[in-house]
Amino acid sequence: MDISRIDQIIDKHDGEASSLIQILLDIQSEHNWLPKEALKRVCERLQVPMSRITHIATFYKAFSLVPKGRHQVHVCMGTACHVRGAQRVLDTVQEVTGVKSGETDSDLKFSVETVNCLGCCALGPVMEVDGKHHGNIAPSQIASVLNNCE
Amino acid sequence: MTRLSSPEKLECARKDIVSRIDPTKPCISVCAGAGCLASGAAEVIAAFKTELEFHGLTTEVNTKGTGCPGFCERGPIVMIYPEGICYLKVKPEDVPEIVSHTIKEKKVVDRLLYEDPATGTRALRESDIPFYKNQQRNILSENLRLDSKSMDDYLAIGGYSALSKVLFQMTPEDVMGEIKKSNLRGRGGGGFPAWRKWEESRNAPDPIKYVIVNADEGDPGAFMDRALIEGNPHSILEGLIIGAYAVGAHEGFIYVRQEYPLAVENINLAIRQASERGFVGKDILGSGFDFTVKVHMGAGAFVCGESSALMTALEGRAGEPRPKYIHTAVKGVWDHPSVLNNVETWANVTQIITKGADWFTSYGTAGSTGTKIFSLVGKITNTGLVEVPMGVTLRDIITKVGGGIPGGKKFKAVQTGGPSGGCIPEAMLDLPVDFDELTKAGSMMGSGGMIVMDEDTCMVDIARYFIDFLKDESCGKCTPCREGIRQMLAVLTRITVGKGKEGDIELLEELAESTGAALCALGKSAPNPVLSTIRYFRDEYEAHIREKKCPALSCKEMIAFHIDPEKCKACGSCFRQCPAEAIQGGKKLIHIIDQEKCTKCGTCLDVCPSRFGAVRKISGEPVPAPVPEDKRAIA
Repeated sequence: MDISRIDQIIDKHDGEASSLIQILLDIQSEHNWLPKEALKRVCERLQVPMSRITHIATFYKAFSLVPKGRHQVHVCMGTACHVRGAQRVLDTVQEVTGVKSGETDSDLKFSVETVNCLGCCALGPVMEVDGKHHGNIAPSQIASVLNNCE
Repeated sequence: MTRLSSPEKLECARKDIVSRIDPTKPCISVCAGAGCLASGAAEVIAAFKTELEFHGLTTEVNTKGTGCPGFCERGPIVMIYPEGICYLKVKPEDVPEIVSHTIKEKKVVDRLLYEDPATGTRALRESDIPFYKNQQRNILSENLRLDSKSMDDYLAIGGYSALSKVLFQMTPEDVMGEIKKSNLRGRGGGGFPAWRKWEESRNAPDPIKYVIVNADEGDPGAFMDRALIEGNPHSILEGLIIGAYAVGAHEGFIYVRQEYPLAVENINLAIRQASERGFVGKDILGSGFDFTVKVHMGAGAFVCGESSALMTALEGRAGEPRPKYIHTAVKGVWDHPSVLNNVETWANVTQIITKGADWFTSYGTAGSTGTKIFSLVGKITNTGLVEVPMGVTLRDIITKVGGGIPGGKKFKAVQTGGPSGGCIPEAMLDLPVDFDELTKAGSMMGSGGMIVMDEDTCMVDIARYFIDFLKDESCGKCTPCREGIRQMLAVLTRITVGKGKEGDIELLEELAESTGAALCALGKSAPNPVLSTIRYFRDEYEAHIREKKCPALSCKEMIAFHIDPEKCKACGSCFRQCPAEAIQGGKKLIHIIDQEKCTKCGTCLDVCPSRFGAVRKISGEPVPAPVPEDKRAIA
């Protein structure tokens, strides 16, 4: 854990407690999760109680208090995707990766998450792997996409 | 970039930009909105650059990535100017042909044009395509004309002239009067008149006031705010600054979902560009008016779309709503008056000031003026964003613009208004779409999601889906919402897994009543999807409860897949692709499904060749016994 980098992120936001969510988002984008040491540092620097930080880190879906996998799989569960078979996509992703929604496998290869809407509703169902969208995805295509992940 | 310190300097800069544009110079515009990017637009843009370089045409032909023109289902969309030729579903391998034929030889590549499925007629230009022809795109059409990252493009089409007009020709009261005259109602959900919020805030004695763009767009199935903020971020920013001038605010926020990284990138870029040119910051255009704006990224909580929750999130806290005995327009962020409008509302402000309230009210109905952008998605032929005048019927949107239901299926319902809305049946397709009519029908406008459902969609499952969504998204602060939704979900789940019992429908209605006592709009409107589906599709609930049958063959626990031995040709498609290895088969051997192993993913049905049609989905009847081993051989 590079504490000086955490300090840089806090300084970027002028060390303002009102920027707490933005600071946590920046830390999360660098580490893929929120390590405890980072949260402690934020707590010290912003003079915000750890209980408030924990409240925020558990309230918002973007945050994870456990390490995430090298490959992030998001399955969109928006209404348009739902009516076009999102549940089948999620079921297949879970079968192929062996990882349930909201979980990460033991060797930190895959994290699977559901997202309430990725905003690509016209292409539903949509699966996102490491930021790349796969629109109109059929369950039969999922294994080949995920098997390409090292 | 030079800072523009007066309206005259703005006009000079604009003239300079326009003078450098050669309207006869070929330009290749590729939609670089999220939908087209997901379909490979970035690869298409890169291929154009490479191909133009290969032909030595880099300086003779412009290329640009534009905002979303709406027809996402047919993306990536490429427009060739000055002819205005519209190519759909373009792939990188099509690019050499487009450059050699269309750019160099001025010929059209027919196979990339829109083809009318009924007549086979091809449409050369965007305006000839029925999807576009039947719309009134006052806001969305701008997207096509702009490189979303170029401020010069925005200035070239008259950008920031509305701001210049209000700062130098109008008093804040004039601006307020124009917005009031336009009767602009908020496009984010409730349809509350924008001017009322503005006036309330302006009249509040507190000198510190804020203006806010709500770009949280948590409604699943709606993405117009994303398209606007990605495609034309300056128009939103300009509307916000105009609003700030009218209410007397000097600071603003743009609250954007972090799930929309391109929107975050483009709005941040727009703010930087606007600051450099002097449209944001101190003494805007030399008017003496100061305004700064900050982007705040959401962190994935639907409830933050609610005004008081969003403002709490802006303060860096968990976005929980609060009772609004005092409106947020009077006591909002850090208890200061705060005007919150969504992206589309702010985009309309810019247009109203530019073209006038009379122009705006010439569209729509008396109570709902202007146009509205809908996200037309689901089981519909032409999916994408559509902008139509308020008052157009659902039927016109679904048939004329949307092209009807694909695959010869029957229309069942259209869901509007997101999780707070409801499902409208076929009998009400002639309903004019505006704020009040949708509410009367038991639904609402919401942010404009319009999800079309066909006969394969189970309406009980849809109600369960929304309630499940709301269960996840309830902040849990107040009991009627937290517990009411949880109980409704338990009942709906019971019904969709075939364990429903008599009295469940009445129990749902009772729970809906108590859940409606929740604190914020999320909880109050949570029962809407349940109530509207009971109101219009009660027979489906009854079939689930009494016959243990899902009429739409959708609810997983109530269906089974079966291979018709008479039709199976042992082609092996289902056998090879079944992810659960639940199919037993072989060469010249009728395939059978092991019901114990089957996960009901439906892959077998998808991959069974249509000429055989051997896989059947059944519900409410026993699965036929598998063919005995000695009778499985196909002669």
